[in-house]
Amino acid sequence: MTAIAPYRSPVTPGRDGFAQLLRAEWTKFRTVRGWVVGILVAVLLTVGIGLTGSSGCGFNSNGTGACPAAPTGPGGAAVTDRFYFVHQPLTGDGTVTARVTSLTGVYSPSGYTGAPQTGPGALKGYRSGVQPWAKAGIMIKASTGQGTAYAALLVTGANGVRMQDDYTGDIAGLPGPVSAAAPRWLRLVRSGNSVSGYDSLNGTRWSLVGTVTLSGLPRTAQAGPFTASPSSMVLTQSLGTVATTGAAPTIATAAFDHVALSGAGGAWTGTSVGGGAARPGGGNANVNGPGNAAEPFNGGFRPSGTAGFTVRGSGDIAPNVPEAADGSGTSPTQVLDIGTFLGLIAMVVVGASFITAEYRRGLIRTTLTAAPHRTRVLAAKALVIAAVTFAAGLAATGVTLLLDVARAGSAIPPLTALTEVRMIVGTAALLAVASVLALALGVLARRGIAAVSAAIVVIVLPFLLAYIPGSLSTGAQDWLLRIFPAAGFAVSQAFPAYHQVVAPYQPNMGYFPLAPWVGFLVLCAWAAVAFAAAAYRLGRRDA
Amino acid sequence: MTRARSADLPDVLHAEWTKLRTVASTYWLLLAAAALTIAVGAGAAAAFGCAAGACGAARTGADPARISLTGVYLGQAVVAVLAAAGIGGEYGTGMIRVTLTAAPRRLTVLAAKAAVLTGCVLASGLVAVGGSVLAGWLILPGRGLSAANGYAPLSLANGPDLRAAAGTVIYLALIALLALGITTAIRDSSTAIGVVLGLLYLFPIISEVVSGHALARRLEQIAPMTAGLDIEATVGLRSLPLAPWEGLGVLAAWAAGALVLGGLSLRLRDA
Repeated sequence: MTAIAPYRSPVTPGRDGFAQLLRAEWTKFRTVRGWVVGILVAVLLTVGIGLTGSSGCGFNSNGTGACPAAPTGPGGAAVTDRFYFVHQPLTGDGTVTARVTSLTGVYSPSGYTGAPQTGPGALKGYRSGVQPWAKAGIMIKASTGQGTAYAALLVTGANGVRMQDDYTGDIAGLPGPVSAAAPRWLRLVRSGNSVSGYDSLNGTRWSLVGTVTLSGLPRTAQAGPFTASPSSMVLTQSLGTVATTGAAPTIATAAFDHVALSGAGGAWTGTSVGGGAARPGGGNANVNGPGNAAEPFNGGFRPSGTAGFTVRGSGDIAPNVPEAADGSGTSPTQVLDIGTFLGLIAMVVVGASFITAEYRRGLIRTTLTAAPHRTRVLAAKALVIAAVTFAAGLAATGVTLLLDVARAGSAIPPLTALTEVRMIVGTAALLAVASVLALALGVLARRGIAAVSAAIVVIVLPFLLAYIPGSLSTGAQDWLLRIFPAAGFAVSQAFPAYHQVVAPYQPNMGYFPLAPWVGFLVLCAWAAVAFAAAAYRLGRRDA
Repeated sequence: MTRARSADLPDVLHAEWTKLRTVASTYWLLLAAAALTIAVGAGAAAAFGCAAGACGAARTGADPARISLTGVYLGQAVVAVLAAAGIGGEYGTGMIRVTLTAAPRRLTVLAAKAAVLTGCVLASGLVAVGGSVLAGWLILPGRGLSAANGYAPLSLANGPDLRAAAGTVIYLALIALLALGITTAIRDSSTAIGVVLGLLYLFPIISEVVSGHALARRLEQIAPMTAGLDIEATVGLRSLPLAPWEGLGVLAAWAAGALVLGGLSLRLRDA
């Protein structure tokens, strides 16, 4: 009797590492025509929307077709720089002091209604009222050109004393409004490149508001009192949309006295920096003489008493916020986001189907027989789908954003290279993480339809609900974009929001309540939790 | 010996009703549609806020009916899932071949599916809308939308409120028919639900982004969800992109178009 040797396959056993798993999953992906086509369609849809919906002045609610480029500030970012400046040269170190005794203003409650911008009728329909961020104070500025370095100490309409510098810096000083009974003393002290601001209620007891360092401040700078008043903005709600229909320039008038400039003996010069406020009809008014009634938005000044002035000004000194009434251009976030939404839905479908098709066809049993370590299978699937959607997303978002920026030209304020990279890579990563979330939901639900609808509902619906006015309070809308995966869209925000500029900071305008990477992390947290739950369920349930 | 007879509409209706009612997920989805609609509507009503003294009807422009019915944004997704799962599941499991062997008149099958689905969604929609209106009636006066501030209390005896409520029930049924038609044409339920939810949710996002543009209003007029939900409006009718019933008509046209597309695909393609 001979013992029968058991059969041994002559084929050398295959390696069974993670690389083989990845290769298997990649083969599964690339050989299903529907998925490859789905990803390509996602890319084409994203880019196609980007091509049709170009950013530009045409999207601006107060757009006029003309698209003047905003001046750029010391940091290279676009700024708004229009105000009335009464100045003298200040050479070297020195001090400028003034007392503000009143700040009043006029505005148009109905927004710009087609009233003439010049002549006696220019202020037709205006009422008295000062804008919350109307500014009157003293300033040391490199020159009277737009976008030059400055430091200013100022009183505002409703935000107390502020020390502001180089368009974005903003430090709070004494609170409360200014009046003849409660005047504010302001003092700026230049020492080399640093400027310190002090405020006081009585001119004897001074307190330091802040010290800022200005680069690019020449030895001879311009110093003196100034007034600015940002354009009002009327937010109108129509069903389903918030539109900024009415924007109109406003005027603020401030009374200064005890104006003193160290080493000064010359005459004060009035300059309408930037030629007055932007006019809704397009273009800026010409510079005219002090207090010219024919060009009310240019501002002007009039001496009053000894060392006193009444300064009237219009405009703003602030970062350029495209959606603000004084801002220019549009945010490319909007075009990028709608393209991304189209791509997102296709990628979510593919991501969920990548696993649910295995359940439907029974292939999952073959997969798990070949690779019994289930978590590794899931990890390989997630890596493959994330890599595919990231690469496709990168192509889509890159082409969309770069084409949009190139086509819009000056309609989009300059974006730093870092911001562009963050928007492109971050949005591609958003698509990848969303597809992993869909994959994990697919494992949990095992049915494509449940996974796809759940993924779309948690990613897209909060974004939609976040700007339906009248449905939810603004606070509730912000929370939707803080806690749901839709928060990830924050990564596509092009420009920061500034509290000192009034504008509709809404998701449909390209502004999100969370910082870009924080919002992205919220999405990642959802995907991580879903992935962990999926790994647990995959290991515990029979396939 | 019984004579063979071809399946007529009543038989097919009966068959489809049996299929729908013997699947556990049908009940869960119908229940979820109603529960989520009411929950989100109540949440939206509770989250509504207006600054003290600025709650007047003329100031906020708030529409109590629309706020109460906010949940429809979510509820319609569940209804679409129910509709897509019904026909998509048959393609996924191969059941469609049994169905079409038993009832070879394919359009009759689609009509029966549409009828059974509409009935179920109307029932669920009645509960969803009734509960939402009740929640709004209970919650909103406490959130500033009271009679003292110039808002009429939500009441189905009011013409506009009744139109909003009844119209929203019809809206949900039309969404189900839209999803049924699209899924019949696409056959894969995952892809179909992606297309349906994309159609519903992406139009308003696109029209938001081009707001202020003439294109935005056009988009709001042709988008199935934005146009269809015009039926919920009880205030500010003049600024609506379309009159309420016209808007619902646009959605009905979308649903009809989808059903025609689905019917053609069912008729002309091998199952």
